[in-house]
Amino acid sequence: MTDPVIDVRGVTRRYGEGPPALHDVSLTVRPGECVAVLGPSGSGKSTLLNLLAALDRPDAGTVTVAGTRLEKLGEAASARFRRAHVGLVFQFFNLLDDLTVLENVLLPAQLAGAPARASRAHAASLLDSLGIARHAQAYPGRLSGGERQRVAVARALINRPALLLADEPTGALDTASGEDVRRLLDELHRSGQTIVLVTHDLRLAEASASRTIRLRDGRVEVRR
Amino acid sequence: MSGLGRVVRSGVRRRRVQTVVVGLVTAAAVTATVLGAGLLVASQAPFDDAFAAQRGAHLTVRADSGAVTEAQLVASAATPGVVAAAGPYRVLVVAFTERGGMRTPPLTVVARADPGGPVDRIELAGGRWPAGPDEIVLSGGAVRVPPGSRLATPGGAEFTVVGTARSVSDTAGAWVLPSAVGVLDGPDTADGYQMLYRFTDARTATEVATGRDAVVATLPSGAVTGARSWLDVRQQAVEDAAVFVPFLVAFALLGIVMALLVVGTVVAGTVGAATRRIGILKALGCTPAGVVRAFVAQTLLPAAVGAVAGTVTGNLIALPVLAETEEIYGSANTTIAWWVTVLATGGVLAVVTLTAWTAALRAGRLRTVDAIAVGRASGPARGRWASRLAARLPVARPVGLGLARPFARPARTIAILLAVATGAAAVTFATGLAASLLRIQTALTQDVADVTVTGDPDAGPVAAPTADPAAVLAAIDAQPGTRARYGLTQAPGTVAGIADPVSVTTITGDAAWDGFEMVSGRWFAAPGEAVVGGPLLTATGARIGDTVTVRIEGTPLRLRIVGEVFESVMAVFTGTATPTGRNPSEYRVALAPDTDAGAYAQALTGALAGRGLTARPSGGETDPLLLVVEGLTATLTLLLLAVAALGVLNMLVLDLRDRVHDLGVHKALGMTPAQTIAMVVASVAAVGLVGGLLGVPAGVAMHRLVLPTMAANGGLHLPETLLDVYGPLILTALALGGPVTALLGALLPAGWAARTRTATALRSE
Repeated sequence: MTDPVIDVRGVTRRYGEGPPALHDVSLTVRPGECVAVLGPSGSGKSTLLNLLAALDRPDAGTVTVAGTRLEKLGEAASARFRRAHVGLVFQFFNLLDDLTVLENVLLPAQLAGAPARASRAHAASLLDSLGIARHAQAYPGRLSGGERQRVAVARALINRPALLLADEPTGALDTASGEDVRRLLDELHRSGQTIVLVTHDLRLAEASASRTIRLRDGRVEVRR
Repeated sequence: MSGLGRVVRSGVRRRRVQTVVVGLVTAAAVTATVLGAGLLVASQAPFDDAFAAQRGAHLTVRADSGAVTEAQLVASAATPGVVAAAGPYRVLVVAFTERGGMRTPPLTVVARADPGGPVDRIELAGGRWPAGPDEIVLSGGAVRVPPGSRLATPGGAEFTVVGTARSVSDTAGAWVLPSAVGVLDGPDTADGYQMLYRFTDARTATEVATGRDAVVATLPSGAVTGARSWLDVRQQAVEDAAVFVPFLVAFALLGIVMALLVVGTVVAGTVGAATRRIGILKALGCTPAGVVRAFVAQTLLPAAVGAVAGTVTGNLIALPVLAETEEIYGSANTTIAWWVTVLATGGVLAVVTLTAWTAALRAGRLRTVDAIAVGRASGPARGRWASRLAARLPVARPVGLGLARPFARPARTIAILLAVATGAAAVTFATGLAASLLRIQTALTQDVADVTVTGDPDAGPVAAPTADPAAVLAAIDAQPGTRARYGLTQAPGTVAGIADPVSVTTITGDAAWDGFEMVSGRWFAAPGEAVVGGPLLTATGARIGDTVTVRIEGTPLRLRIVGEVFESVMAVFTGTATPTGRNPSEYRVALAPDTDAGAYAQALTGALAGRGLTARPSGGETDPLLLVVEGLTATLTLLLLAVAALGVLNMLVLDLRDRVHDLGVHKALGMTPAQTIAMVVASVAAVGLVGGLLGVPAGVAMHRLVLPTMAANGGLHLPETLLDVYGPLILTALALGGPVTALLGALLPAGWAARTRTATALRSE
């Protein structure tokens, strides 16, 4: 049996004096799985995603992603881990306005020091396969929401990450664009990409996820 | 506390960097302004301050001792309009001989029992007042002879120098006790009385002339041989001060303008960055006027604290500098006038208020919805071409991203550019000024010799060494380590039409290496040729190629002027033997590299044994005026550099705050802390380099403009060699100072950006 891409054990994360944002959470995701994390606001979904992306560190427990223990990584090591193993898709796209679509997509590869020629070819291929090749030299401000999220997905995939983390990827989109992104993630899942989705969107979870986890008050409430 | 009061307080606390920067920049601006303006005022008034403190004489009268009695002179003090009088003092004009044979210029020696009195209180700068008939106090400005030295009169009597003093009225070159008059008097000494008067009204030349006529009318006809107005003395003193006034004006103005510029940009940037906050306050019901008041107050709080700190610092820094000016002018004023401090502090705070008010007003007038949207909506599409270009550069991507950044916020970039360029100009100017002043001092003292050979100080006063100059020069040449040498002898002379004495220096051997700087023409080469100082050319109206007649001890000496040498006094240098025919009283030697001056001097003294000559390593003396100027230069330069770096820091902090979310995105995509620092540093490095490249030529131009003006005000013509102080290496180093300043300012924000937690940055709006 192959090693899990994600192995979270007994993780607790607390901010200040209040109740923990996450309390004793454990989770395993195998390669090729698409797991949807559901839950109301404040349930700890984004905290879990931050821990998986090495954007934050747990107060207790261990987080292992793609074979790397994340809880003790420093800032530089976290950055190197992210660009090597994780692709991030955000609700509000987080594209850089002063870079073109192609430059946005290329940025993680350039930060990782990947060969320029190969990166450009891979970026072109991604833009093409996501149907946004004609916007390569455009700036994100001119694109529709769905197109921007496709650019964000292309950017997340440029370094061929073991794990794609998507935080409310349809949350800022209209119905048609949301459907577009749902189809895209489904295709990615079918192609074997490991994905963790944080979402309120039940239709997205049902359409794309092979498994769902429901969080409430920082604890895992339901696993399916 | 009102709602707006809380907003002000929280703004001051939350925006700590801005609060600290506004405070520091205001402090630096006030320090520079207080220092610059204070010294500017102090340089104008030291004579007046000293004159008032020492109760200077409005009129100094010389009377013929054969034509008037002491009783008649005492009675003249009752002349209407005279409020105080001192004297009569016996006065004699004597040329002394120092040990080693050097002769002083003729000195006006006044016999006074004590330095005090109702008029012209003499200030002792060192030592004590004479206690016996064989002691003398010299005026600091007349000759430089250290206390303990002995001076001989033409009649052979010896005096011990027991102190140095200064008369603001310039009434004497030396003072002795009345009991010394008999010792001083000789066949070659001019004799007379001195009377000093203060008048009720003496502000104008007419008032002084009226007082003088009234006094003269009470004395026998022909008794008064000379009468000098205090206004003439003042004019002379102000001319001396004028040498460094243009420097102060230029540097003080530079400091003030730069400080205000940076204060303005810092304040405007700080308020501009708070536009969204202003929008939220308006949305909550604050009126535009109320919001503007709150933000002006938020800026003025740290500025006021900074202003107080700057006031104290400026006055503290001024203390030692003003103490030096006191040394020069004999002034009792060692503090900056209170009104200068108030004006400088108030002026800077007024600029802070005006800038903050203007920026807040602009933000306050924005539609609330637009103000709230600032920082969230996509910014205008500026600098995208630069971004595309930078993406193609063969540099690491973070560096490329940083290089393109200045084009996205041109206004902030211009502010950083101005801060760095002004800082670079200031440092360039200061560096050139210090180098030129050092060269000017060397050229004026004309003494770069390593070893000086003079008469034996223990052998008693002699007119000049009796040793054969050729034998002495041969002995010096034979000494290992000798690179160059010459002998010199000086004698006071006169030139027709000029009242003041002319210093004539006869040189044996080649002296051109000893710090002499030619303004024009050439060094003398043949008998009958001479080079002269600019003041002599100005006073006589002579030009290079003309022949002048110098009378030395009554004997004429005709010399053809072949060059103008850089000099501040009326001086003649020639290789032609003077009519006195004296041997050189001093020899100056330059040593080969790595030669120990002490050991050389000891060996040479041994070689010259029996010739009455002693060799000593030359001790360089630094002009106190130069110390003032260099101290001030260094202080203001450091201040301006600090202000420039703070300006850069503030702009970067504002910029990073604006794009903290983008920073989070970069980091989420895998940008490491080192790459983040590289990006932030690259965003100012190029601007810093351009600032340096703009600032350095500006500084050189200022140097070229100010230095000749300074010299011209002091009656000097500066040769090109004294201005040509910027070599390629110095210029390169100065140009690199721009990016270094920018990097210094960028270090803190870059570190902050690198440390910012990615998740926190991503949550920022």
